[in-house]
Amino acid sequence: MGRLIYFELIKTFLKKRTYIGFLLVAVVVPLIEVAMKLEGGRFIQITTRSLQQDFFFVGNLFNGWFVAYTMMNSLWVHIPFLISFVAGDQLAGEATAGTYRLILIKPVSRTRIFLSKYYTTAVYTVVFVAFLGVLSVGLALLLLGAGDLIVLARGILILPGDDVAWRFVVGYVLAAWTMLTIASLAFLFSSFVENAIGPIISTLGVNMIFLMVTVIPVEMFAKIRPYLYTNYMSVWQKVFEDPIPWADIGTSAAVLGGYSLAFVLAAWIIFHRKDILS
Amino acid sequence: MTGDVILQTRNLGKQYKQRWAVHHLNLEVHRGDVFGFLGPNGAGKSTTIRMLLSLIKPTEGDVFLFGYSLKKEREKALHSIGGIVEKPDFYLYLTANRNLEIVGALNGGTTRKRIFEVLELVGLAQRASDKVKTYSHGMKQRLGIAQALLSDPQLVILDEPTSGLDPQGMKEIRDLIRHLAHDQNKTVMLSSHLLNEVEMVANRMAIINRGEMVKQGEVTTLLDEGEKYVLVRGRPVAKLRSVLKKHKVVKKAVERGGAFEVTMSFEDVPTLNRSLIQNGIAVEALIPRRSLEDFFLSITENESKL
Repeated sequence: MGRLIYFELIKTFLKKRTYIGFLLVAVVVPLIEVAMKLEGGRFIQITTRSLQQDFFFVGNLFNGWFVAYTMMNSLWVHIPFLISFVAGDQLAGEATAGTYRLILIKPVSRTRIFLSKYYTTAVYTVVFVAFLGVLSVGLALLLLGAGDLIVLARGILILPGDDVAWRFVVGYVLAAWTMLTIASLAFLFSSFVENAIGPIISTLGVNMIFLMVTVIPVEMFAKIRPYLYTNYMSVWQKVFEDPIPWADIGTSAAVLGGYSLAFVLAAWIIFHRKDILS
Repeated sequence: MTGDVILQTRNLGKQYKQRWAVHHLNLEVHRGDVFGFLGPNGAGKSTTIRMLLSLIKPTEGDVFLFGYSLKKEREKALHSIGGIVEKPDFYLYLTANRNLEIVGALNGGTTRKRIFEVLELVGLAQRASDKVKTYSHGMKQRLGIAQALLSDPQLVILDEPTSGLDPQGMKEIRDLIRHLAHDQNKTVMLSSHLLNEVEMVANRMAIINRGEMVKQGEVTTLLDEGEKYVLVRGRPVAKLRSVLKKHKVVKKAVERGGAFEVTMSFEDVPTLNRSLIQNGIAVEALIPRRSLEDFFLSITENESKL
């Protein structure tokens, strides 16, 4: 099994398309963070304009933590696309290239091939989110330094500077967990088509519809919402609350894990029964 | 000499909606065979080979490889088999070496030495470190054979291995198949839509058409089966008719479309030719034909008209 995983990793990480996501993040993150630095405190003034009549802000709140937190919120919409770009190619890419005919005639079970591919997808997802986190937080701290973190979610919360770093670590771990659900969905779509474009578009389409149902405050959506994985995707934001709702985090993580498992199980059934006609 | 049965299909069939692509197929490949699997395009050869190599699940029947049921003991059944299905595809962005390492891992592991051996066997050792995307079609075909041989299998299944190759490339592949069979003691099953190709390399063969078995047996027996005749065409036709009617080597002559199908021994063709020339007949054609060839041509032509 180890050897299969090793070669799946080789296949994925020697492919140029794997690095498109990394390249985009490596361009976009510095671009935004440098722009924010050049804009100075204007950005935070715009963000807190409505609050400045009632509150008096002391100290430097426009710092690396704030920029990294803002980045984490703003990039989140685009990351599923970059994840599905690779996850959606894992199975469909073999069909497109005709290499199913090379690998599925060997005396190794389809289940083992499937698992090694899913493992590789998970590794890519984790590495990609880690890259995003390290670059985003590291560069922001390098450009703007540390300080207290102002969180503007349900009101104002200011987290002391020495209580922030670990929250980012846990936040990104939960973000990777969330993205694994997206990757699993793309992997599922990848199992029943023979072109990688389909899984990417399908994943983004499903994600977009579910997100709309989750965030649009319409009464009729309220009953559906708990059944959609997108309802739990913001789990990482809960780490920046005080006190941290660990029980909620646990529930959300479990639900997301359940979804991932269901997607992977469905993909396995399809892959296992699939006739290779390409 | 051929030995025990190492590949057997029992009532193998695959149905797509209402259409049977393969139906009630009973094949037998013996150890030591070069087995030709013949049929026109669309006859069900590739579907059968995909079922033999577990890419497609049969609707009915089963495949037995070295006595193991493919349905029940897939990994054991495929353990001593190498194959190519249709045109061989690879990870184009990786080198031949790396591609074979991947295939080797799926076979349970391989060594650099073995990879070099198979690449040398197919004449690609010098290009082992080049990315496969720089390979020609013929080179990919040879790399396909290299991957099929990597695990040193007892049975090699090749689906249309000369497809798309130029005459030189076709000859190289045929030579390689002979080498595998005679020098390396491999059993080879190759599919083809060309009777002469099968005739050149195979000792046993099966013909399928519309997914069903038409004939199966020794190549020489099948080719000798039924009548042999010589197709004779010449001018003037009246004189040709008269000579053929009286000639002692001619057993029967049937006129068909301006030519004559003459039943006679192939050994007497030079004698007949000499007589025709001596009688002032301009001989346009003297072609020895066998009924199997005609039969195969007829099913092939019917398919191409469809």
